[in-house]
Amino acid sequence: MTPHLPILIILPLLLGAFVVTLCGLWRPRSAFPLAILAVGASAAASIASLVETARAGAVRYALGGWAPPVGIEYVVDGVSAFVATVVAAVALLVLTATRRMADREMGDRPGLFYGAVLMMLTGLLGIVVTGDLFNVFVFLEISSLATYALIFMGGGRAMIAAFRYLIVGTLGGALYLLGVGYLYFSTGTLNMADTAARLPEILDSPAVLAGAALIFAGLGVKTALVPLHWWLPDAYNYAPSPVTALMAPIATKVAAYAMLRMFLTVFPAGYLAEATPVATVLLVVGLGGAVAGGAAAFAQSDLRRILAYSSIAQVGLIAAGIGLASPLAAAAALFHVMTHAVMKAALFLAAYSVRYRTGEVDIDRMAGLGRAMPWTMLAFTVAAVSMVGVPPTAGFFSKLYLAQAGLAEGLWGVALVVLVSGLLTAAYMVRILERVYLRDAPDGGSAAEAADPPADMLAPALVLASATLVLGLANVPIVTRLLVPAVGP
Amino acid sequence: MSPLIAVAVPMAAAVPILLSGRRPNLREAWSLAAALATAGAVWSMLSGTLAGEPAESVLFELAPGAAIAFRADAAGMLFAMLASGLWVVTTVYSIGYMRTLEEGNQTRYYAAFALSVGSAVGVALAANLVTFVLFYELLTLATYPLVTHHQDAASIRAGRKYLAYTLTAGLALIAATAWLLALGVDATFEAGGFLAELTGRGGVLWGLFALLAAGVAVKAAVMPLHSWLPAAMVAPTPVSALLHAVAVVKAGAFGFVRVMGYVFGPALLADMGALHVVAAFAAVTLTVGSILALGMDPLKQRLAYSTVSHLSYIVLGTAILAPAAWVGALFHMAAHGVTKITLFFCAGAIHAHAHKDRVSQLDGIGWRMPWTMAAFALASLGMAGLPPFMMFASKWYLGAGAVDAAMVPFLAVYVLSGVLNAAYLFPIVFRAFRNVPVEGHAERSASVDEASGLMVVPLMITAGLALVLGLAPDAAFGFMELALDVSAAVTAP
Repeated sequence: MTPHLPILIILPLLLGAFVVTLCGLWRPRSAFPLAILAVGASAAASIASLVETARAGAVRYALGGWAPPVGIEYVVDGVSAFVATVVAAVALLVLTATRRMADREMGDRPGLFYGAVLMMLTGLLGIVVTGDLFNVFVFLEISSLATYALIFMGGGRAMIAAFRYLIVGTLGGALYLLGVGYLYFSTGTLNMADTAARLPEILDSPAVLAGAALIFAGLGVKTALVPLHWWLPDAYNYAPSPVTALMAPIATKVAAYAMLRMFLTVFPAGYLAEATPVATVLLVVGLGGAVAGGAAAFAQSDLRRILAYSSIAQVGLIAAGIGLASPLAAAAALFHVMTHAVMKAALFLAAYSVRYRTGEVDIDRMAGLGRAMPWTMLAFTVAAVSMVGVPPTAGFFSKLYLAQAGLAEGLWGVALVVLVSGLLTAAYMVRILERVYLRDAPDGGSAAEAADPPADMLAPALVLASATLVLGLANVPIVTRLLVPAVGP
Repeated sequence: MSPLIAVAVPMAAAVPILLSGRRPNLREAWSLAAALATAGAVWSMLSGTLAGEPAESVLFELAPGAAIAFRADAAGMLFAMLASGLWVVTTVYSIGYMRTLEEGNQTRYYAAFALSVGSAVGVALAANLVTFVLFYELLTLATYPLVTHHQDAASIRAGRKYLAYTLTAGLALIAATAWLLALGVDATFEAGGFLAELTGRGGVLWGLFALLAAGVAVKAAVMPLHSWLPAAMVAPTPVSALLHAVAVVKAGAFGFVRVMGYVFGPALLADMGALHVVAAFAAVTLTVGSILALGMDPLKQRLAYSTVSHLSYIVLGTAILAPAAWVGALFHMAAHGVTKITLFFCAGAIHAHAHKDRVSQLDGIGWRMPWTMAAFALASLGMAGLPPFMMFASKWYLGAGAVDAAMVPFLAVYVLSGVLNAAYLFPIVFRAFRNVPVEGHAERSASVDEASGLMVVPLMITAGLALVLGLAPDAAFGFMELALDVSAAVTAP
């Protein structure tokens, strides 16, 4: 079974997408359990590969028996196993929690909805496990197409948001493809490991530089790095709730993972940081985004928009970690991929629980919810505290490692921005929490009669919120045993 | 007993307190039980600490190379005993105060109170910088719901200010911690400092010192970083009494003890010349705080500025660095804690029972609330540093330290501030016992009308302590002995 682990992460999702769509047409009620089964299987395979890679190193799988570099290769190493586990586990929890919202918002066609969800996850996890540059593009497009469809299902203004996302996503995909084209043109291979072996001889070639620039521009759009972020708030805002709750924690993180993969595997060590401005640009853009996103979040009053801008800020921190291009910084970036996925999922689930119970998304109308929905708001508060970066939550350690990595390189500003971004986060989170806890519900408002959602919605949010604490307390083994060995020296 | 238990008990107590919200008696029984258990757990470690074998507990690694670790050393024990001991009295007082005023959200109040005290004990007993920062930050969060307790515009504003100041300060500490991790220094507190290996790297040392000192200076309300403290007086008075006169602000002053004595150490500080900077800020705060207190009509504001001033007594003492000054600084933590909490208790009893908040309204109140105002008078004498109160001893040592270190100007600062203490407190006592009937009462003799015993007894206990522990500093609790231990360990050549 072990040699098949890479494909076992993808297969349940890909097959599941078709099975769920068809079964959904025949028996609508079967769509949800089948989707959960598929994601659960994929999560199990991801966890198994995490264990396996930690024990015995990377697992390589030649698709269809065609040996690389001719055939397509799937590779699960410490980094991809970690990201796959985070993506699959968070997706599993989010899907469980959002069943009722999906029933409500897309009740008439659950088969299509869950089919598209599985397709999107196929694309995202495919990017994570593939060892082939062109295959990344294929999976990027699979996930994007599925996402357009999902956003589109929101109807009304969501259609415009979906169209915008389509244009931007296509642009990002095209830039990436063009970049890969330059590399292919120079090296004659699409396999990542093979590319890495051939690149050192031709590093002076402008084609390689152009390839690198285009690849990162394309992935930058997908990661929603400032200033390529503007598609994201509308997409999150108008998409159906379950789609946003699923996309926000994992989608941009996978694109960030692809960037890290370029640093770790494709381009020779030091090339991006020393011979090109890519690393510096990532660092600057990431830190700038962390500040700009935090400031923009403060100016919003729609909770979904606050969380969307907060995502832009947090991915900025991840990008900065990648741009620092040191092993410690890469480990910090990966740790933040996990941290952000977990806490953002908890925040969105809590936000949508409020919407489910009261229909409200505007924070000015959330007064008194602390009393009306205590457990939901507990989950929100813990995740918010983690986002601010208070010890011993996971968010604190993300920032500690990033700051430490910056200081180890002698880059003061990095530590400063990383820490100050926590203050911005505190500013917009306190704005929300003040309303929720310190203002009384107006009489007759919907908040006054609200209550915590049913257990199947509440439990995943609480699990994710407590995970921010557990992962924070367990940060040392995660970083020293999983991440630092995974990113190599 | 392990230090872990002393930290865990109050933290864990928040859970049953929250769960028994519908049954006030049970909830308050849990609070009191937690306070007693915490004080017991802390005080049971005293003999070990005094015998030179402090209790320790080490948990798992929280950051690479730094475990969550607790150590009941002399300095930590002094602060932990003070916070946990006064929590017992404050809990009784809280019950009287909150019930008299029929305050809302009492469940949240008691739970947050337990978390705050637990965090303060964690700060006290932390064995390394990482653990210290962890609890320092938790203390910030746990106190926030108490500051905003009344949920009105003023308290929400005060809460924002509080978070803005303390979270920024926390960031400075976190930045210093990250820096030390990046430098590969083992940040375990050690009497005399652990940074000796960095001697000569002036830029790094000054950078670390600036971050650490700024981080602890906010909670210690050193000017110009003090203005959150008067604003935080919107909280219910027991909060102002225990947290904003003892636990939270002393966590800042205690932070100076740690930073000066256990991170840098006297030798390095003298080498850097950092002492003069700290001393200058502290001396200004000490004097200006006292002067500002003179002009404050709201009683709690007057006490708040007095706290600002007295915290800098401690900070200045650590900066003077003579052995006697360290004894004075440490003992002043206890002395000010016991004395100032009495004054706040009195202010709260007057607020809850007589609904008076301003000094100018207090004419004749002493005849109506004689026990309360007698305690207030005792504590005022104590604050002025008259013998035989606790603060006489601490001020004596602080002054002696200034003389030993040939820093006579600081002696003058201490003496001047002592006079100012009398000037802003004694008039309150005189007013209270003026021979006029209190508003709404025809005759003074027939008008004895004290606050609830749940408030009066605690404030008399703490007033009594301020006197008894001044008469015989060694009689109980070992505050003086601990202070002497710390001073000997830190300033040993």
